[in-house]
Amino acid sequence: MEIPYTSKPRPDTGVYNAKIGIWLFLASEVMLFGGLFSAYVLLRVGAAPGEWPHGWLNVGLGTLNTLILALSAITTLLAWVACKVGQFGKFKFFHACTLALALTFLCVKMYEYHDKWIHYEIKLVDGKFADGHFEGAVYVDKAANKELEEHSFRGMAFSEVSGGVTNNYELVSVTLEGRIVADEKDLMDLRAQKHIEHGKVTIERSQIKHMENYGPWHNTFLAIYFTLTGLHALHILGGSIVIGYLWGPGRKMWKKDPERFTNRIEVSGLFWHFVDLVWIFLFPVLYLM
Amino acid sequence: MSQLHQVEHPVEFKSYLRRCLYVFIAVLCTTSLMIGASFLPNYGWTAKVAMILAVACVNAFVVAGYLMHLLSEKKMIYTLLGFTIFFFAGLMGLTIWAMHDMPAGSSH
Amino acid sequence: MEKLVQQFPPHREDDAHHGHGGHGHHEPGFWEKYIFSTDHKTIGIQYGLTALMFMLFGFGLMILMRWQIAHPGVPVPFIGPLLEKVLGSVAAHGAISPELYNSFGAMHGTIMVFLGIVPLAFAAFGNYVVPLMIGAPDMTFPRVNMASYQAYFVGGLIMLVSFFIPGGAAQAGWTSYSPLATTIPTNGQLFWIIGMVFLISSSLLGAVNFIATIIQLRAPGMTWMRLPFFVWAQFVTAFILLLAFPPLEAAAVMQLMDNVAHTSFFLPTGLAVGGQLANVSGGGSPLLWQHLFWFLGHPEVYVLILPAMGIVCEILANNTRKPIWGYKSLVYAALAVGFLSFIVWAHHMYLTGMGTKISTFFQATTMIISIPSVIILTCFFISLWGGSIRFTTPMLFALAFLPMFGIGGLTGLPLGFNVSDVHLHDTYYIIAHFHYVVAPGTIFALFAGVYYWYPKMTGRMMNEFWGRVHFWGSFVFMNIVFMPMFAQGMAGMLRRMADGGANYSAAVNSKAGAEVVGGLSNNMMSLHTGILWGAMCLGIAQIPFIINVFWSIKHGEKAKGDNPWDATTLEWQTPTPPPHGNFDHAPQVYRGPYEYSVPGHATDFTPQNEPEGGATPKPISTAH
Ligand code: HEM
Ligand SMILES: [Cu+2]
Repeated sequence: MEIPYTSKPRPDTGVYNAKIGIWLFLASEVMLFGGLFSAYVLLRVGAAPGEWPHGWLNVGLGTLNTLILALSAITTLLAWVACKVGQFGKFKFFHACTLALALTFLCVKMYEYHDKWIHYEIKLVDGKFADGHFEGAVYVDKAANKELEEHSFRGMAFSEVSGGVTNNYELVSVTLEGRIVADEKDLMDLRAQKHIEHGKVTIERSQIKHMENYGPWHNTFLAIYFTLTGLHALHILGGSIVIGYLWGPGRKMWKKDPERFTNRIEVSGLFWHFVDLVWIFLFPVLYLM
Repeated sequence: MSQLHQVEHPVEFKSYLRRCLYVFIAVLCTTSLMIGASFLPNYGWTAKVAMILAVACVNAFVVAGYLMHLLSEKKMIYTLLGFTIFFFAGLMGLTIWAMHDMPAGSSH
Repeated sequence: MEKLVQQFPPHREDDAHHGHGGHGHHEPGFWEKYIFSTDHKTIGIQYGLTALMFMLFGFGLMILMRWQIAHPGVPVPFIGPLLEKVLGSVAAHGAISPELYNSFGAMHGTIMVFLGIVPLAFAAFGNYVVPLMIGAPDMTFPRVNMASYQAYFVGGLIMLVSFFIPGGAAQAGWTSYSPLATTIPTNGQLFWIIGMVFLISSSLLGAVNFIATIIQLRAPGMTWMRLPFFVWAQFVTAFILLLAFPPLEAAAVMQLMDNVAHTSFFLPTGLAVGGQLANVSGGGSPLLWQHLFWFLGHPEVYVLILPAMGIVCEILANNTRKPIWGYKSLVYAALAVGFLSFIVWAHHMYLTGMGTKISTFFQATTMIISIPSVIILTCFFISLWGGSIRFTTPMLFALAFLPMFGIGGLTGLPLGFNVSDVHLHDTYYIIAHFHYVVAPGTIFALFAGVYYWYPKMTGRMMNEFWGRVHFWGSFVFMNIVFMPMFAQGMAGMLRRMADGGANYSAAVNSKAGAEVVGGLSNNMMSLHTGILWGAMCLGIAQIPFIINVFWSIKHGEKAKGDNPWDATTLEWQTPTPPPHGNFDHAPQVYRGPYEYSVPGHATDFTPQNEPEGGATPKPISTAH
C-alpha cells in the first residue's frame, strides 16, 4: 500500500499531506520566534532607564528590505498561480524574481551588518566616550620597528588589560569618523538628537580605556538584533536553497507529476510568506521602536 | 493541470495579479504609516508602540490572509493555528506578567 | 498525467505488477534496509535500540554518582582506574571529583530525558505502532522520519563526545541554568547546546510527522473516537513537542550566543565570577532562561508520561479482556493535560522571587492539571474491576505502573503549593517525586511495551519466566532506591551535592549533636548506602531483560499466529513482522478499539476491522 494523499486532498480534512506538514512546521516556527520576541520584550522592559538604544539602525535600508521581501512574497505567489494555470514559462520567470530578490535582501542585510561591525565605541580614560566608524589605526610593527597605518582594525575589541598588542603590532592611535560625548547615555537615543557634529577624531592609545565594536557583545539590543535578524537571514538562506532547487533541478517533476509539483511550490511559498511575516514584525520592533 | 482544479475554484492569473497589486499597495501604505508613526513627536512610549504594532498587525493580516490564503483555509488549519496563537500568547503574556509581579525591592 | 482512481485507497493501476509487499521498486540492500531505511518500523526499532543503549549508559553514570554520594572521595572500585585513564585528572586516583560529579549529573539527566525516554516512548513505540494502529502504510513523510532519527543520532554523538573534551561535559545540570552554564570554564556546555539543537530538531521533525500521519492517514472508518488511546496519547505528545520545544530552541540559540559571541542574554549587569566583575555587557535576565526552559520543561514531563499511559491503556484492555472504562474521559483528559501543561511551568520557579499574584496563578493551574491526570489513573483502576486478568509480563509492568505513577503524581501536589514547596524545593524530595513518575512509572510502561509488541516485531515471544524475574527485581529495587529519598528530602537534604550533603549539613550535626537546625541525622545519611546497593541490584535485575531481548529474537517461543495476545487493534491484524507498506490496501474499520468480551461474539475479542454481523474480516494483507 502506498502513502495516500500526497497530492490530492483527503476528503474529510480537505488538505493534502504536505500542506498539513508545512503548517505544523510553521506553527513550531511561530513558537521559535515567539520565544525570541518574548526575550526581546523582557530584555527591553527590564533595561535600566535610558539604556535601550533608539535609532541605531538605518530606517531607509530597513524599509528597502521590507519592500524587497514583500515583493518576493508576491512573486512566489504568482509563481504558484502560474503552475496552477499550467504556464510553466511564467513560473520560471517569477521564481527567478523571487530568488533574485532574496539575494538582494541578503546583500542589504550584509551591508548593514558590516556597518555595525566597523562601528566602534571607545571608552576614554577621562570617562568620555568616542563613537564612530573606523577610519584607520596606526601601529608600530615591533619586528621591523616602523610605524604603519591600517584601515581595518586588528581584532574586535581593545582593552587596557591586553595592552593593545597583537602579533607584534602595537597600537599607537585610532581614528574614527564620529564624535566624542560626555556620557554613554548620550549615545543611546540617536533619534532625539537630530544634529550631531561628526568628524574625524584621532585618539591616542594612552587615552583608550576600552574599545569595542558594535557586535552582539556590545549590549543586549545588538545581541537580540543580531540573533533575531541572523536567524531570520538563515531562514531566508534556507528558503532560497529550497526555491532554487525547485526552480533548477527540482523542476523535472513538472513533467512527471505537475499536480504534486504545484503543491511543492505552494508549500515552499507558504514557508516564504512566513519568513516575510516575521520580517514584518522584526522591522518595526528593531528599526522603529 | 488547470482542469483538475476548475471544479473547486477556478484559478485566473489576471485576478491574482490584481490581488497582488493590492497587497503591495497595502504593504507600502502600512510601512509608511509605521515609519510616520515612529517619527511623530514623543507623546508617550506605550501609545507609540501600540500604534506601530497595530499597523504591523494589519500588514501581517494582509500578507497572511491574501498571500497565504488564510482567509479561505480549511478548518483543520485554523484549529492548529488557534492553538499556536494561544500558547504563544501564554508564553509571552505570562512571562511578562511574571516579570512585572516582583516583590518590591527585588531586581532581576 | 497518470490517472488516479478517486476512491480510497488511491490504488495506482501499475500496483498490480508488484509482488506482495513489494512496493519498493527494487529489493533494498543492507544499508537501505537497516541503516538508511525510511520504513517506519525499521526507524522505530533503530530508535528503540539506540534509546535503550543510552538509558543503560545514563544508568551507569548514575551508579557512579551514587557511589560518590555514599562514599565521597573514595576511589570507585574496579572502574576507577579506567575512569582515570579515559577522563584524566577529573578522576584522579579513580575517585570522582566534584566537577566530574556535576558532569555526570548534568549528563545523566540530559541523556535519560532527551536521549532515552523521549526517543523510546515517543519515537520508537510511536513510529512502530502508530501507523499500524491507524491502518496507514507508513508515516506521511518517510524521509523526514529518517532525517529525524539521524538528527537524534548526531545529537547523541555530540553529547557523548563532550565527555572527552578538555574540561569535560556540561556541568550545569540538565536544566542548564544561566549564568552558571555560561561561566563554568568548559566547552562541554557548548557541546550540550549544539547537541540539544540537534535533538530538538529531531523531535520537531518527528512531531510534524506524527501529527500529519494521524490526521491524514487514518484508514477509512477509523474515526477520531475509534482511535486506540495510545494513538491519542501520541497525538497530544506530538503537539506538546511541536509547540513547547521551539522556545527552548530559541533559548538554546541565545545561550549559544552568550557562550560564543559573548552576548549577555542571560547575564545580569554586575555579574561577578570568581570574585571579579565579569567582562560582559550585562543587562540580561537569568530568569528569562528559566522561563524559556520550563516552558518546555513542564510540558516535557507530559511528553514523558503520556505515551507511557497510552501503552498501559492498551495492555490493560488486552489483559483484563474488557473494554477500557471511560474511553472518552481518557481522551478528553489527555487533551486537557496537553493543553494545561503549557501554563503551569513557573511552579518550578516559586523560589526565584516571584510575586504573590503570579505564584498564585501558577499554583492554581498546577492544581487544576492534576485533575485530568487523576481522571486518567482512575479510569485505569476502574478498568481492572471485574476483569479476568491475565498476569502476563507486560501486564505486571502495566499494573505496577499504576501505583508507582500514583505515588509520583500525588507527591507532586505538595510541590505545587508554593508554601510547602519553599521547604521541599531543591531537595531529594524532588528527586524522589519525579523519579517515581519517570522511573517506576514511565520506564515500567516502556518495559511493558517492549514485552507486549515484541512478538509483532520478531514473531517470537520473550521468555515469561525471565520476564517475571526482571519485573520483580525491578519493582523491589526501584522502591528501595527511591522511597528513602522522600525521607531524606523532607529532612532537608539538598540535591546536587557532590558529597551527598556530608559537608553541607551532616558535618555540623556530628560536631554539635542532633539538635542543630539544618543538620541531617546519621540515619538520613546512612540511607545513602542502602540506596547505592539498591541501585546496583536494580542494575543486576536488568541483565535478564537485556539477554531476553537478544536471545528471544532467535530462540524465543514462536508466537501463536499474528495475534498472540488476542488483541483487537489493527497492528495485530497484519502479518508478522508487517511487510513494507504494512497493508495491501487500507483496512476498513468498523468499531472502537476495545471491544473485548462482546456478548454473543464467538471469541472474547472483536478486531476493529471485523464487519458488523460477525463476518470474518477481509484479509488485509496476503503477504505472509
Ligand atoms: C501530576 C501532578 C504533578 C505535579 C502537581 C507536579 C509538581 C511538580 C513541581 C511543583 C515541581 C517543582 C518542584 C521544585 O523544583 O521545587 C516538580 C518537579 C518535577 N516534576 Fe512534577 N509534578 C507532577 C507530575 C509530574 C510528572 C507526570 C512528571 C514526569 C513524567 C514530573 C516530573 C518532574 C520533574 C522531572 C521535576 C524536576 C525538575 C527539576 O528541577 O529538575 N512531574 N513537579
Ligand atoms: Cu512541572
